[in-house]
Amino acid sequence: MTTTPSTPSVGRPLTRLEGEAKVTGLAPYAYEYALTDPLYLGPVLSTVARGRVSAVDTARAEELPGVRAVLTPANAERLADTEDREFAVLQSDEVSFRGQFVAAVVADTPETAREAAGLVDVAYETLAHDVTLTADHPRLYRPEEVNTGVEADTEQGDPDAALARAAVVVDRTYRTPMEHNNPMEPHTTVALWDEGGGRLTLYDSTQGAHPVRHTVAGVFGLDPERVRVVAPYVGGGFGSKGSAHAHNVLAAMAARAVPGRPVKFALTRQQMFSLVGYRTPTIQRLRLGADRDGRLDAVVHDVVEQTSKIKEFAEQSGVCTRMMYAAPHRRTTHRLAPLDAPIPFWMRAPGEAPGMYALESAMDELAHECGVDPVELRLRNEPPVDPSTGEPWSDRALVRCLREGAERFGWHGRDPAPGARREGDWLVGTGVASAMYPHMVNPGSVAEIRYGEDRRYHVGIGAADIGTGALTALTQIAADALGRPLSEVVVSIGDTDLPEASVAGGSSGTTSWGAALVAAARVFRAEHGEAPAPGASARGTAPEDTATPGYSQYSFGAHFVEARVHADTGEIRVPRMLGLFSVGRVVNPRTARSQFLGGMVMGLSMALYEQSVVDPAFGHVVNHDLAQYHVAVHADVSGLEADWLEGEDPHAGPLGSRGVGEIGIVGTAAAVANACHHATGVRVRNLPLTPDLFLR
Amino acid sequence: MDATITLRVDGEERRLTVDTRTTLLDALRDRLEATSPKKGCDHGQCGACTVLLDGRRILSCLALAVAHDGADVTTAAGLGSGDGAPGGELHPVARAFVDHDGFQCGYCTPGQVCSAVGMLREAEAGWPSHATADLDAPVSLDDEEIRERMSGNLCRCGAYTNIVAAIREAAR
Ligand code: FES
Ligand code: FES
Repeated sequence: MTTTPSTPSVGRPLTRLEGEAKVTGLAPYAYEYALTDPLYLGPVLSTVARGRVSAVDTARAEELPGVRAVLTPANAERLADTEDREFAVLQSDEVSFRGQFVAAVVADTPETAREAAGLVDVAYETLAHDVTLTADHPRLYRPEEVNTGVEADTEQGDPDAALARAAVVVDRTYRTPMEHNNPMEPHTTVALWDEGGGRLTLYDSTQGAHPVRHTVAGVFGLDPERVRVVAPYVGGGFGSKGSAHAHNVLAAMAARAVPGRPVKFALTRQQMFSLVGYRTPTIQRLRLGADRDGRLDAVVHDVVEQTSKIKEFAEQSGVCTRMMYAAPHRRTTHRLAPLDAPIPFWMRAPGEAPGMYALESAMDELAHECGVDPVELRLRNEPPVDPSTGEPWSDRALVRCLREGAERFGWHGRDPAPGARREGDWLVGTGVASAMYPHMVNPGSVAEIRYGEDRRYHVGIGAADIGTGALTALTQIAADALGRPLSEVVVSIGDTDLPEASVAGGSSGTTSWGAALVAAARVFRAEHGEAPAPGASARGTAPEDTATPGYSQYSFGAHFVEARVHADTGEIRVPRMLGLFSVGRVVNPRTARSQFLGGMVMGLSMALYEQSVVDPAFGHVVNHDLAQYHVAVHADVSGLEADWLEGEDPHAGPLGSRGVGEIGIVGTAAAVANACHHATGVRVRNLPLTPDLFLR
Repeated sequence: MDATITLRVDGEERRLTVDTRTTLLDALRDRLEATSPKKGCDHGQCGACTVLLDGRRILSCLALAVAHDGADVTTAAGLGSGDGAPGGELHPVARAFVDHDGFQCGYCTPGQVCSAVGMLREAEAGWPSHATADLDAPVSLDDEEIRERMSGNLCRCGAYTNIVAAIREAAR
């Protein structure tokens, strides 16, 4: 930091700067810009999972008054780059999953667009499809690498021999279902080509304006400078808005037919179940070999997941097992089944969320087998260095999270016997699980600082605030970096007219963008001093290596959960959850707490409710709306508490902070499942934990 | 088929022509550029589109605009300061949402705020909920009551704990 004023802004629990705009609803989301003469897009989605479009009859749609254009595979423009087949929209007659775009209508009103889309007659030549993931799927393959770019398989020592000689072996398979992000704001794009057709503007709901610009520019063969993406307000994403999707391309194609007029395209909730990603179902076999005291000698984590045939996404569910606990013998593997299914993608803590559910459930089973307290079992397997790399930890605080969390939760004196506590009709139990999340930094973000006539510092960076509190946090960081009070700093985000910023993903945003702000402030002060003239400006770029190399950097945490299971109906209530985390320095305690709580709520939701059910006969998600895809509601959430250890990570970069957006969902489902086992004695090894599974 | 109707939106009389299939939500968002109420599902399943219709909370995606000719609609943008006059200070419920960080992305928020305002009126009028133990006693809005009565408003960001704290404070 350059100079810091007497009262630093970082660390203060500010309320959100955009709070008033949000509570009144006046903050404009992608659909809500007042644009002149908008038109509306009505998409037609495939009703078969595999095959070809043999004929499209657009006559009835075209006859409808108010219809401006009907796009089909036959008449759609040829795109410049369709190597990524997610974006090869209407480029051929091939159908690769049910719910894929096969045609689209542009019309004067949303009602007409929807009616006309329904009047487009699409005939198919249907081929046999395969949408079912099984543990022994005949086409399982090993991906080149898994998400985050790490290897699919690892092995250390001789895990098979170690398992064969282990005094205690836990060998269990855990399953998690297909899950959908379901941000409250549907994925939306409003596309507008200028009259000459040379420039495209997208008002988009995205976690990364610049990444969308690059993707769309590539697909259309445009210079990126000709594509502007505007996204200052984003109604949640949780990963699904972490890249462009096919709807961006379709909206831009449709708008090309009507230059000068904006085309609005908000996906319906139902359409979001096939077009914007989802968490793959997982089948995870965990084998733990330990001595009678629960000290691990071998850990094996074999993961089976699905991907789409047209684009690979490999969720890194087994990666957590590479570093979580000490064990000399270890193996992790990932196998994918390519299916005629939509393309899976990021969903909050991809990899860690399902992976830690399995690992932390298996650890609970091991504790039970060995008769060791589950907190103590984890303490016994604490690795002095990162077992996967041999590197020292920058700030591994799992032990403290477990110990202090146990203290605060009132864990001690817990009777380990399952199914032994009953209050009225309710069986009561408690469970624990560890949490972790890697410290991720995306290099290369740029920030600009300009000193204005209004004697304020105007800071610009194309970052995204998807509800994380990024705008407020960045303002705090910029104020400290400039050594000025908050009132003198104005930050603008969410627009490609601002300097390049990395995606809001991997809990990397505040760290990555904050590093750019710090760099820009240094340059600004170096060039303009402490008393700049109005109009003075400077740019700075986040360094390649924000974090100190040579250290293994992770956030850690511990979840403690009380669960009550109804003895007659199996209904599950969770009256109490405590999450205690270590994330380095916290920039804004108020918004960080909200991130932790939100992650824990989604973890509770994952544990008890969320499940997308695919119809094997037709290949679609049958429960494709919010009435049937259940997420946690107000009545499901009580006694939730999140806190963190004070401190900073000296190796995490100029802010000493690691991300807070995802760790709250990691391990949560295991803690709930472990508490339900403790309450009932019933061990359920697949999510969600529905009441029927507890009835014996 | 089109029909011309009048709506009073946040205190202002608006005349508009709608397709008879137009929902109240789309009439507000697409015809009147009143985008405070949000569309999360369009099927009455999420609560993002909650507005006050003649003083009561409703899901505007489940109402047809033509069926409400002459109605008075209040969105979160028009709640005013709570004393009946629009503009000026934030409504106490909205203020409490800001203070308690009762939102993250903000997309469910106008619906949550309108729903909370309508819910507080229902409780004051003595309407019971599933969580009400004694149907004869006046409603006392403890956390369980608030959670039960707000459960039609989903928040995918999971701001529930802070929303309940905000409403608890505003209810005092
Ligand atoms: S948009 Fe009306 S309830 Fe969801
Ligand atoms: S604040 Fe994002 S859905 Fe509620």
